[in-house]
Amino acid sequence: MKITVNGEEKQFDSGFTIADIIAELQLENRRYAVEVNLEIIPKSEHNQHALCDGDRVEIIHAVGGG
Amino acid sequence: MMLTEEQQQRYKRNIMLDDMGKHGQEILLQSSVLVIGAGGLGSPVILYLAAAGVGHIGICDFDKVDISNLQRQIIHTTADIGREKTISAQESVKLLNPDVEVILHQEKINAENIQTTIKDYDFIIDATDNFASKFLINDACVSMQKPYSHGGINGFNGQVTTVIPKSPCYRCIYGDDFAEEVKEINGVLGAVAAVIGSIQATEAIKYLLDAGGLLSGRLLIYNALKMEFKELRIRHDDDCSVCSDIK
Repeated sequence: MKITVNGEEKQFDSGFTIADIIAELQLENRRYAVEVNLEIIPKSEHNQHALCDGDRVEIIHAVGGG
Repeated sequence: MMLTEEQQQRYKRNIMLDDMGKHGQEILLQSSVLVIGAGGLGSPVILYLAAAGVGHIGICDFDKVDISNLQRQIIHTTADIGREKTISAQESVKLLNPDVEVILHQEKINAENIQTTIKDYDFIIDATDNFASKFLINDACVSMQKPYSHGGINGFNGQVTTVIPKSPCYRCIYGDDFAEEVKEINGVLGAVAAVIGSIQATEAIKYLLDAGGLLSGRLLIYNALKMEFKELRIRHDDDCSVCSDIK
């Protein structure tokens, strides 16, 4: 299945979850959220949330300045 | 309360708004908003709340005005360099609108003082410049059921959302915070702070007037370089360490 991650189209096996995508990105010690099709998916759901063909996934980084 | 003749002139263009009117203006004049951080975001927030006639504005900051603040912190002037930001901001408010009572909180918020600092206010603005404060404000506002506006800026980017009782909170977006950060000093455009701060002030005023729809359950992301706004839906995280017991 084709999934767009941060604007780049990529090929994944079906059943791939948000957690699987996160594992491939280096996000340790980053404050981030994952958006799928303009909805932020709660972190407690990342392990179960299977992605679908055509999904658009974006990593959103928290912004801490003021 | 009754608006004086002068107030009816000062707030004429507010009063003409269908969602405000004289009654709404009276509500604003009797309302209180606490702005935590009198910097890049806090400057436009405080100025717009004061201009609109929010009657009681709390200003919380511990810092002094530095020359490097002035490219974005427009409530302070060159003559204020070295002065407390709270006092400098208070003077700007008084010049703009003497109707407004300013309450100064000359302190850095922490786990010990946050609840007493926010408890008397109708609405809170997170205009702070670090994650520890942003999480602290979120947790205190959620637990005390205080509505607040979260704002963050960095470079050409900004994010803003409104958290009200029962809505998803900041931790529903980003989860739990981790180890203490080393505060990074990054570039930021003053006009970006103005966009986000102006949205925060608008949300506070709308909340006080019970007008329109708030930015709760939604995160608005602003990319000034691309000049794009993106709106993301936010859901409750059932495992949220702060709001899952409360909602």
